Amino acid sequence: MGKITLKSVRKAFGEVDVIPGIDLGIEDGEFVVFVGPSGCGKSTLLRLIAGLEDVTSGTITIDGKDMTELPPAQRGLAMVFQSYALYPHMSVRKNIAFPLKMAGVSPEEQERKVQAAAKVLNLGDYLDRRPGQLSGGQRQRVAIGRAIVREPKAFLFDEPLSNLDAALRVSMRQEISELHQNLKTTMIYVTHDQVEAMTMADKIVVLNAGRIEQVGSPMELYRSPANLFVAGFIGSPKMNLIEGAEAARHGAATIGIRPEHIDIGRGDWHGVVGLSEHLGSDTFLKVMADGLGTLTVRADGEVSIKAGDRIRMSPQPDKIHRFDKDGKALA
Amino acid sequence: MATQSSRLAARLTLAPSVIVLFIWMIVPLALTIWFSFRIYRLLSPDRTGWAGFRNYVWFVNSPDFWLAISNTLLLVGGVLAITIVFGVLIALLIDQPVWGQGPLRILVISPFFVMPPVAASIWENLFMHPQNGMLASLALGVGLQPILFLENYPMSSVIFIVSWEWLPFATLILLTALQSLSSEQIEAAEMDGAGALSRFRYIVLPHLTRAITVVILIQTIFLLGIFGEIFTTTQGGPGSASTTLPYMIYKQAVIAKDIGRAAAGGIIAVILANIVAFFLMRSMGKNLDV
Repeated sequence: MGKITLKSVRKAFGEVDVIPGIDLGIEDGEFVVFVGPSGCGKSTLLRLIAGLEDVTSGTITIDGKDMTELPPAQRGLAMVFQSYALYPHMSVRKNIAFPLKMAGVSPEEQERKVQAAAKVLNLGDYLDRRPGQLSGGQRQRVAIGRAIVREPKAFLFDEPLSNLDAALRVSMRQEISELHQNLKTTMIYVTHDQVEAMTMADKIVVLNAGRIEQVGSPMELYRSPANLFVAGFIGSPKMNLIEGAEAARHGAATIGIRPEHIDIGRGDWHGVVGLSEHLGSDTFLKVMADGLGTLTVRADGEVSIKAGDRIRMSPQPDKIHRFDKDGKALA
Repeated sequence: MATQSSRLAARLTLAPSVIVLFIWMIVPLALTIWFSFRIYRLLSPDRTGWAGFRNYVWFVNSPDFWLAISNTLLLVGGVLAITIVFGVLIALLIDQPVWGQGPLRILVISPFFVMPPVAASIWENLFMHPQNGMLASLALGVGLQPILFLENYPMSSVIFIVSWEWLPFATLILLTALQSLSSEQIEAAEMDGAGALSRFRYIVLPHLTRAITVVILIQTIFLLGIFGEIFTTTQGGPGSASTTLPYMIYKQAVIAKDIGRAAAGGIIAVILANIVAFFLMRSMGKNLDV
């Protein structure tokens, strides 16, 4: 079980309200991703849930029990840190067994659980090594192993992949997703990378300046962002935001259209191609559009448009997002 | 080819300093060895010649010798134990965020800047003195007899004074080591259910082993040669109760004016220091590896 509920949780450091007040429910077994730009309070929120920071006001309940005042160890959560925070003087085996040892588990039981965790994470050959002798991905797995053996109510991940190289990040991302499918334990995952959020989450919580901008499944956020911030943050490359006359024509202060929802060839938008990035599967064009500003447009991988070409484009009418002057989405 | 000639160039350019350091070391050592085998008494300059091992035999057979050796080791061991235990505790304490942290740290460090004879005089006259000392008036204040520290507990008193001087050094090194411990490790241990004592034992203390090793090695070097504090306070007494090897050598050289015997004592001190260094490196050298 791992149902976590935050009720008007507020955190202030001195005079500064880092988190002015958050209400959030996390269901048992959910994979929730907190995403937002750096400094948005997502790590602080995670640390509040973990108990590593004290809330200024509000309550945190786990499985219906008020945990607000309890120390981290008694909340039954496990955390994987950005720096992995492995104990450098202990072998991998001792690192993984440490929480069990602290809980007073018998040595035989410790060894059994370590072996089980090592099997899940492919760490069998490394149990007697020190963390310093492991690669980044292996250290990451040890950190996860240390979390697994406690059989926590929920796993907390604090930007766990940000120290890995791009290729490893993709494979660890999949490993963590598979782990979630096997364990079916609640996981809360903090990242600033919207790709990680989109690919892993059951539910994304978009944070900005300590406030929740929107909560929803990845595709909900992609299809109907609640405001300009979410519209600009979710999706890669970013959604094109257009103001002025063209927006007014659609009865909005700002309209948004994703690069993949602009068709090339005909239409009443004109522009000159400034730069084309060929990714193989897709080509992204930066187009200086007349009266609209710079647009990013997705084209076919094989398209032969070059810089300097003049093209015509049209947005897919049902994919246009409309926002009022406060940045809220219009229905 | 390039590496070979650059290695040669490195050796050539390093050579002058290595040679100077070697001369710096070998000349005094050679002279001391030379004197230790000579009859060389300032009070009877007419008697010269080879003494063979007689200087050594006299030194080892003199009644104070084994006492001096054990006093020397007691001083080193006692000061190391006190400075490391209290150094760790004080470092933990002043690592906490408190108001006035900067001045507090300067206060903690300041005894290290007091010169040894001054520190010893301060303790002898202002604190431990049976009539004027603060400890004496404290004892009188609660109706007790003043303790005659330097008379009844000379070695303990000297160990205490030297510990007071060296505690800041240990604290400083251990504090910096403590500050390099990543807070995420402590937090991870906290999440893993380790209480304050377990965190200290399994995370903090292992992290400090290298710093503790450095403190032990450096302090041992200096503590083996402690002289000023004893000279200022007990003069090696009462009797020979607080005589150490360096003080015994001093007595031979300056009071008895027998350079030959003093030199023999010096060589014995060098051998003792090497034995201590050998055991230290054997038992703790691996802590210095990464």
